[in-house]
Amino acid sequence: MTYSPLLSLLQTTLPLEGGRVGALPLLQHYWWLIISVLGALLVFMMFVQGANTLIFRVGRTEEERRMLINSTGRKWELTFTTLVTFGGAAFAAFPLFYSTSFGSAYWLWMAILVTFVIQAVSYEFQKKQELARVFQFGLQLNGLLGPLLIGGAVATFFEGSNFVVAKSNLTGVGNPVISSWANASHGLDALLNPWVLVLGFAVVFLTRILGLLYYMNNIDDEPIRQRCRSLLLGQTVPFLILFVAYVAHVLLKEGYAVDAQGIIVLEPMKYFNNLLALWPLAIVLVLGVVLVLYGIIKEIVNRRSGNSTSIWPVGIGTVLTVLVLLLLAGWNNTAFYPSTADLQSSLTIVNASSSEFTLRTMAYVSLLIPFVLAYIAYAWWQMDRKKIDREEIEGNDE
Amino acid sequence: MLIDGAAVDWARAQFALTAIYHWLFVPLTLGLGLIMAIVETKYYRTGDVFWRKASQFWQRLFGVNFAMGVATGIILEFEFGTNWSNYSWFVGDIFGAPLAIEGIVAFFMESTFVAVMYFGWDKVSKGFHLTSTWLTWVGATISAWWILVANSWMQYPVGCEFNPDTMRNEMVSFADVALSPYAVDKFLHTEISSWIIGAVFVVAVSGWYLLKHREAERQLALKSLPIGAVVGLVASVLAAVTGDESAYKVAQVQPMKLAAMEALYNGGNDVSLTGVALVNPFAQPDYETEEEAPLRIAIPNGLSLLATRSLHGYVPGVNDIIKGYTREDGTVEPSVAEKMERGRTAIAALASYRQARADGDSLEAAIALEALRPNMQYFGYGFLKDEHEVVPFIPVNFWAFRTMVGIGSLLVLYFAVLCFLLWRRKDVAGQRWLLWAAIALVPLTYICSECGWVVAELGRQPWTIQDMLPVSASVSDISAGAVATTFFLFLVLFTAMLIVELNIMFKQIRRGVDPLPAPPQGGE
Repeated sequence: MTYSPLLSLLQTTLPLEGGRVGALPLLQHYWWLIISVLGALLVFMMFVQGANTLIFRVGRTEEERRMLINSTGRKWELTFTTLVTFGGAAFAAFPLFYSTSFGSAYWLWMAILVTFVIQAVSYEFQKKQELARVFQFGLQLNGLLGPLLIGGAVATFFEGSNFVVAKSNLTGVGNPVISSWANASHGLDALLNPWVLVLGFAVVFLTRILGLLYYMNNIDDEPIRQRCRSLLLGQTVPFLILFVAYVAHVLLKEGYAVDAQGIIVLEPMKYFNNLLALWPLAIVLVLGVVLVLYGIIKEIVNRRSGNSTSIWPVGIGTVLTVLVLLLLAGWNNTAFYPSTADLQSSLTIVNASSSEFTLRTMAYVSLLIPFVLAYIAYAWWQMDRKKIDREEIEGNDE
Repeated sequence: MLIDGAAVDWARAQFALTAIYHWLFVPLTLGLGLIMAIVETKYYRTGDVFWRKASQFWQRLFGVNFAMGVATGIILEFEFGTNWSNYSWFVGDIFGAPLAIEGIVAFFMESTFVAVMYFGWDKVSKGFHLTSTWLTWVGATISAWWILVANSWMQYPVGCEFNPDTMRNEMVSFADVALSPYAVDKFLHTEISSWIIGAVFVVAVSGWYLLKHREAERQLALKSLPIGAVVGLVASVLAAVTGDESAYKVAQVQPMKLAAMEALYNGGNDVSLTGVALVNPFAQPDYETEEEAPLRIAIPNGLSLLATRSLHGYVPGVNDIIKGYTREDGTVEPSVAEKMERGRTAIAALASYRQARADGDSLEAAIALEALRPNMQYFGYGFLKDEHEVVPFIPVNFWAFRTMVGIGSLLVLYFAVLCFLLWRRKDVAGQRWLLWAAIALVPLTYICSECGWVVAELGRQPWTIQDMLPVSASVSDISAGAVATTFFLFLVLFTAMLIVELNIMFKQIRRGVDPLPAPPQGGE
């Protein structure tokens, strides 16, 4: 077993069970961490979607709505890019997940993609005043369905999906396809599971909270800020109910465990056990939830005027919370993409991963991620020092 | 469910639709991105407010186009998974890496700095703004690099090995994949030919202002023309050079694609290069009995020179490839029938290997592996049912290639004339034919660029990965009806997007540059 400095670093930093592990398992855990970070950042970046569902309730006049759309219009490509990179990283690190999930849950992913394309078109439409209503509807559609379906997709990591993987199909010339959905709905049946919807709507309300806080930070306009603040509570209450219900459900439900031979078994309270085994994650989870609550409560209680910075604690808290949930689904010998149609088809970070060579190569590439995050932060710090106001929007009118 | 031909066809149609639309937006991003960065560099150096307005003008047009490239690009990436799931799994260990690198290294750079470029005037320093503009273009170019690495790998799979235990191909050399000579040529040719689109666009918009006698934009037009002309001339000449190199690479690794591009049914030594010939654009020719395409006008020994770098070199035709042939160095290329036989042997050996492993019979597994190894290179052929399946649709390749080369040559000529006239300080604004020609060249250049992709992708048929996996074994287990539905959905969406984009683009061009601020004491 060759251990490069990078692997040694990973070995000492990742909170893994059972001491020193081989290079391949280490890289598999590392790549599940990267995927989870990207997923967590994606949920945070969907503040763009959440904000778009509220343009009519926050913006009373056409001018105000232009300010709102202009504000998210500068960030939506970053959300898009995060989604694309999430897909690319999943492809590179866990190709069997990428091929199975996208190729089998066809309609679910197509629905997600179509709403995101509609969003892109809608941001372009905004320059055509006579079609303003059409694009505003497009933004709202994506704003609701994007978080709902992506949240639902995350829920399937815990709830399971209806697919079968049979690698030996490759040698059958009539149908060499190895992954398939077990029924004709191709993914839409996942939405019949109420728990999938619970997490989906929890994410919808979370992104709306984030969207409001983003507006309050990014737009320097007192009436808009006050309206955002008054809308916060109405999003927070349903979010908390749905979120607490889902977390309780996940921690108490039986989960999909992998034994040493790679056999998938159902284990009572699997995800709760994961949290105990990976106890540092429990601390991160609590920290994340506290940050989210702190930011929201501060904003609801504090009635002062002026710039708001609560997007930061709530945003960071969101990233940490989602990160822990995703790690619980994949680490500690857990099947992260369980199959309800055929238990042994379930995907784990071991059976779905790329080869050690590819994971190692990509691990070096991943060292660039901190630089990427740093220049994004620097660029936006430079840009957002001056907030959007009415003057800028009028001057910028196209 | 049995995979039927219709499901494969719809999956191909959907991918082609997305790729063709995507490619309407991308080359302008690459080409105009370069020019707007040059223009802003002039502003940075001179501090002249005219150049600032000119930068903002070209960047506004860039911005209209950019978002559409992003929107269609996301669909392309995910379609590998949704429509080509077997492919994604079979080679995901190799193919996923460039896509992930593209996301991490290039997309974030593009999407961050395009926003700074677009919204950051007066918010960030002049130097940071200029850097952002260049980084937007650099990001787009890096993105092109990695996606072309991925595409080149499908044309010429290198740096990988089949692993019978995981039932997939695995990467063994990242350098071979990332720096494959096929990829280097493809990148250079594609990137540079995209600069031509940017140049034609800039010259055409400038020409339109001059034709319309738009006084406010006259200075913009006159100062943009030379930039477009020089970029255009350099790029169109380099595109011809890299195009020749690309064709040479195709001859080395995809002889069937070359034979289809040239409608070369029967090869040999001293093969001439077809200029034009009467190839029916709508029907596959009867290559088995026809000696050559009718009414053929050709340059003697041209194809031998192009394909082998020798006037007398051997170039195989369609029939030679089907029947097998001997190369000049004495190596024998087996017939397609033999490759299919060996492919079926490989598939059967793989099945026995897996059975033996499942039964714990290591002796039987070793025997099966012994049978698999020498035949694995023809694995993909085992999925074919007829030897003629290896022939791509010749007319499309033949005519798309000629359209590309024809328009490409016209572009070299046009930019040479334009540069000559500018160099001799002729009154270009008065040469109305020259300006109208620029406008006419815009759609032609797009057709030229799309034709390049048509040759690249349709010439590879029936393979998704050359010789390794045919399209019929690459798809997802989705019914033809479902894929057809999404095909039409995307057709409507993308067409709406294109109409909106063109509409906004024309509006922005009609609107022109923002008026220059009045000079402090009046007068120029």
